[in-house]
Amino acid sequence: MSAPSIEAAPVLAEAPAPAPRKRRRMRIPASVIGGAVVVLVIGLAAALAPWIAPHNPLDVGSFDLLNAEMPPAFMAEGDSRFWLGTDNQGRDLFSAMLYGARVSIAIGGGAVLVAATVGVILGLLAGYLGGWVDALIMRVGDVILSLPTILLALLVSGVARAVFPEAGTAQWAPVILIGAIAIHEWVQYARTVRAATMVESSKDYVRAARVMGLPSIRIMARHILPNVLSPVIVIATINLAAAVLTEATLSFLGVGMPPTYPSLGTLIRIGNEFVFSGIWWIATFPAALLVVLVLGVNIVGDWLRDWFNPKRQAR
Amino acid sequence: MLAALASRLAQALLVMLAVTAIAFVMFRYVGDPVAMMSREDASPAEKAELRKTLGLDRPVLVQYGEFVGRVATGDLGVSFRNQRPVADLLGERLPATLELVIVATILSLSIGVPIGVLCALNPEGKAARLVQTVSLIGISMPTFVTGIALILVFAVILRWLPSFGRGDVVLVGGWTTGFLTKSGWASLVLPSITLALYQLTLIMRLVRAEMIDVLSSDYIRFARARGLPARYINFHLALRNALMPVVTVTGLQIGSLIAFAIVTETVFQWPGMGLLFIQAVSFADVPVMAAYLLFVGFLFVVINMAVDLIYTIIDPRLRTRRA
Amino acid sequence: MSSRPRPTAGVPALDIRNLTVEYGQPGEPPMAAVLDASLTIMPGEIHALVGESGAGKTTVGNALMGLLQAPGRITAGGITIGGKAVDTRTGRTEGITPGLDVGAIFQDPMTSLNPLFTIESQLCETMRHHLKLSRAAAQARALELMRAVGIPEPERRLKCYPHQLSGGQRQRVVIAAALSCDPQLIVADEPTTALDVSVQAQILKLIRALADERGVGVLLVTHNMGVVAQVADTVTIMLKGRVVESGPVAQVLGAPRHPYARSLIGAVPRIDVRMNRLQAPSEATPAADAAREIVRKQMTADTAAAGGALEVENLVVEYGGRSWLPGRSAKAFRAVDGVSFTVQPGEIFGLVGESGCGKTTVANAIAGLATPKDGAIRLSGREIGARGKHGRALQMVFQDPYSALNPRLRVSTALSEPIAFYKLAATRAEAAEDAAVLLEAVGLDRSAGERFPHAFSGGQRQRIAIARALGPRPRFMVCDEPTSSLDVSVQAQILNLLKDLRDLTGLSMLFISHDLAVVRQMCDRIAVMQAGKIVELADAETLFRAPQHAYTRELLSLAPSLDSIARAPAPAHGA
Repeated sequence: MSAPSIEAAPVLAEAPAPAPRKRRRMRIPASVIGGAVVVLVIGLAAALAPWIAPHNPLDVGSFDLLNAEMPPAFMAEGDSRFWLGTDNQGRDLFSAMLYGARVSIAIGGGAVLVAATVGVILGLLAGYLGGWVDALIMRVGDVILSLPTILLALLVSGVARAVFPEAGTAQWAPVILIGAIAIHEWVQYARTVRAATMVESSKDYVRAARVMGLPSIRIMARHILPNVLSPVIVIATINLAAAVLTEATLSFLGVGMPPTYPSLGTLIRIGNEFVFSGIWWIATFPAALLVVLVLGVNIVGDWLRDWFNPKRQAR
Repeated sequence: MLAALASRLAQALLVMLAVTAIAFVMFRYVGDPVAMMSREDASPAEKAELRKTLGLDRPVLVQYGEFVGRVATGDLGVSFRNQRPVADLLGERLPATLELVIVATILSLSIGVPIGVLCALNPEGKAARLVQTVSLIGISMPTFVTGIALILVFAVILRWLPSFGRGDVVLVGGWTTGFLTKSGWASLVLPSITLALYQLTLIMRLVRAEMIDVLSSDYIRFARARGLPARYINFHLALRNALMPVVTVTGLQIGSLIAFAIVTETVFQWPGMGLLFIQAVSFADVPVMAAYLLFVGFLFVVINMAVDLIYTIIDPRLRTRRA
Repeated sequence: MSSRPRPTAGVPALDIRNLTVEYGQPGEPPMAAVLDASLTIMPGEIHALVGESGAGKTTVGNALMGLLQAPGRITAGGITIGGKAVDTRTGRTEGITPGLDVGAIFQDPMTSLNPLFTIESQLCETMRHHLKLSRAAAQARALELMRAVGIPEPERRLKCYPHQLSGGQRQRVVIAAALSCDPQLIVADEPTTALDVSVQAQILKLIRALADERGVGVLLVTHNMGVVAQVADTVTIMLKGRVVESGPVAQVLGAPRHPYARSLIGAVPRIDVRMNRLQAPSEATPAADAAREIVRKQMTADTAAAGGALEVENLVVEYGGRSWLPGRSAKAFRAVDGVSFTVQPGEIFGLVGESGCGKTTVANAIAGLATPKDGAIRLSGREIGARGKHGRALQMVFQDPYSALNPRLRVSTALSEPIAFYKLAATRAEAAEDAAVLLEAVGLDRSAGERFPHAFSGGQRQRIAIARALGPRPRFMVCDEPTSSLDVSVQAQILNLLKDLRDLTGLSMLFISHDLAVVRQMCDRIAVMQAGKIVELADAETLFRAPQHAYTRELLSLAPSLDSIARAPAPAHGA
């Protein structure tokens, strides 16, 4: 009747039908293993940052301006204490990157968790109950999707800052950022889960459960939910990459994490001011880490999407 | 079909209402306008007077209605920061952003569609796999990193292209364009590539996926079983089916390009609406933020209506009823 | 109509000699989908290729249409089409031009035509490419073809898009496209499976007429023996890639020689006479008998007092009509329009009709899956509420065994869930034991409970679904087309199982089907539905011997059956 919406396009055209699926032999491409390893290593290093970082990049008192803008250790003027050099305040860049990755992953992961939880629950309700519940949830989703992620996130953090002066502090910024990203992303989960729920609800095993007189909550939680989760896993993976990028973008634009508690995006923002003066490392190293991290997640997500794609299995 | 159009119109109206409501709430409650507009040392009585002259003491719905009325006549308020009408500010910045977005859209479509089609024709081939891998890198690069990298290489190291601004612009009937000068074009190269890159990979991947789907459909199998030549099947029949969703997505992409222009404009100091908006966010300049929001919401609605209209033209299932 | 010269009489339209098609990636042992198969079709002959799923019949069709998919390749044998030898040395059919030498008809007319192009453009493109016709000549010929396949108002329909035509008209267009270049051979892969019985009869008649008038040979791939008997001249039966029997239809269907052919044809339900049981191997084992005895005791102890009679009174169900957005169509469609009937305890009541007649909606309303707009439904004298809940007294068996089981639940878990929910067993272990007994009662091993649904075939899944429906010890069972997606031999087993269970437990059943022969074998009384209403309701024997309503007579006359073939005399009437 109307034009297909964007949800139908890039991610998953439909819920994977768990039809007679023979377990295919696991043949994971080397690139996917590589991607997963990179993500794990970065994730582990980020999680262990307080223990493995050579310096504490959050202790402003320990910075020495004499060490500022020091090039990486492998360069002629480098200092062996600062492997990847220092930023404009004399902060060790390597340590700052470890802590920054930690912040970026935590915010990205938090946003995915919040968005997925909210989206899955609302999608299940909308798809299974239909009627006005469905109409309400989907119309709200339509309005939200009419604003691009980055704009909505900017608005939320902009408004939060205007209303609530604390919003920009290291303590509150992560909460605001998670909210700002999740407020847009839940719609995608809700739409996908709703579509999959409608497909599953019309299947005979759900109808059988209804004829048996099982309560709706039980049917949704026990019968439908496990069968609609595979697209959610795919979206969550791809969304984790997108959320990390959005956080980085917000921080780069100066409405994310403050310079006192930098994420990777904040570090690139700081570095961007020095690119023209030949101090390339402050921006380059965090950017490289960001891209490698996101690329790793995307490679895994891309493969998961193919893996769960029923059409591909049929072929 | 009329019913479908009416339903779309209703939805568009709903979106516009929701967006104006958000803008109104921002205007009215975020950053107290009385505090913003009165002197530092204003007495409570003076403030109450100002509140009354601004009409802030009346019922909220009345205020909302007036707000909608003002917006509809183009009165978007006055910027807190530089005390100029917001509509003028937006108007000045509009050409820069639109020119950037148009060039980026053309770039991403003209490159993304052909590559996507070619990859779908031989999805297991070496070239297609390479493109898939490269496209993954494309969607993993944040726009600002792409921008900084391009500046570093082409502006700082090679010194081939300018790294910021629009170059020389020409005023044509109230529209400042960079299309007419050499420096305008040179300045456009890096920002438009930056903006186009992410969209390009999205469009390419979408076209590829659609095309693969269509090629395995029954009607294409039937066309093969009728012995039609592969070129005809691929480029005449299947391509048309595969491009249908691309129309929708391109429409939505233009909306998101405008949003992504915020980032690109920041990196390249491009004097467009995005830069205006991001400055407004950091100064809590609410009228500018609200107006930008209204503008993007409006643009989205217009683009969506246009996509629907195009659909009714190109899709016979919408154009004609059952015989 | 212009026609290319026919080859001299006596040259077969298709000759396949010892064809072998193998699937398999390089480095893996190949799997033969077709092994050493031979068949011959003369011009004007309709040759049916039958077999159950996995027999390789579709692979033969795909090879001829040039649609063999990548890992599949021809590894031995020769093909000749209209005297023209086909080079199969590359593993594909080089030298046949699909469309020119072989016309194709697909199963689903709804998806065979490209939705974005007009009928005319899709008919003309083939002719313009193969016959090098001018645009005007192609258009003129397209019009002739539309007339030849019997589409009314062909001039107007040519300018239409596929979605503007009905399913039957689209299949006629597909046939016109197949004929457009005057091929020697047409491959029709299940051409009527997706169509209703009345449309099916018309399409088969059309194919027959085209074969007779144009002398084109037709390879008719089908699973439906009734279709074979109705339209084919010769038939080949395949089993696991091999040809087991081939010959004239009357001979093969009337007196099959190969044991598999005999059992396959014997399993086809007869429309002409009612049998006590369908022909299928006996499943009685000591374990199954013991389990059935337990089930009988449990069920009769529970249901004896409560009856199981169903009364449906003036049932009305509407779809649509509610609108959440302005502009959406608010016109309701009345799917069931004042239906009344009763089902006696222990009776199997049949509901037949073509698709869209409302029979499934009746089942849904009774089961509480659709909300009636009006009317009453009473089970054992108790009226059901607005949300339509019978508790455990009514259970349902569905059509598609592949979607009937939750793929993420172990069979045992799925079966014991309702048992535990209704507290029919004291502990989880007892519920699991009940589930195991039920599995044995439906002819499966109790160890089946340990596995997930994907490990089972369609027939086995349907057995599991039946066992699950028995778990809550119902008094009434709704069976919605329980065998229509199963192979014919499996269908016979499942139908026998359902009959046995009724005899064992005294369960009442509402049996819904589009297949008149199945209904005749299963039901005690039958209601015929058309456009939401019951047009005739009678005792099964009366309905088939002396149908009163014109629509019933029409359905009976159109149903493809083996009647035309003299079969071995049936045993004495049962039941």
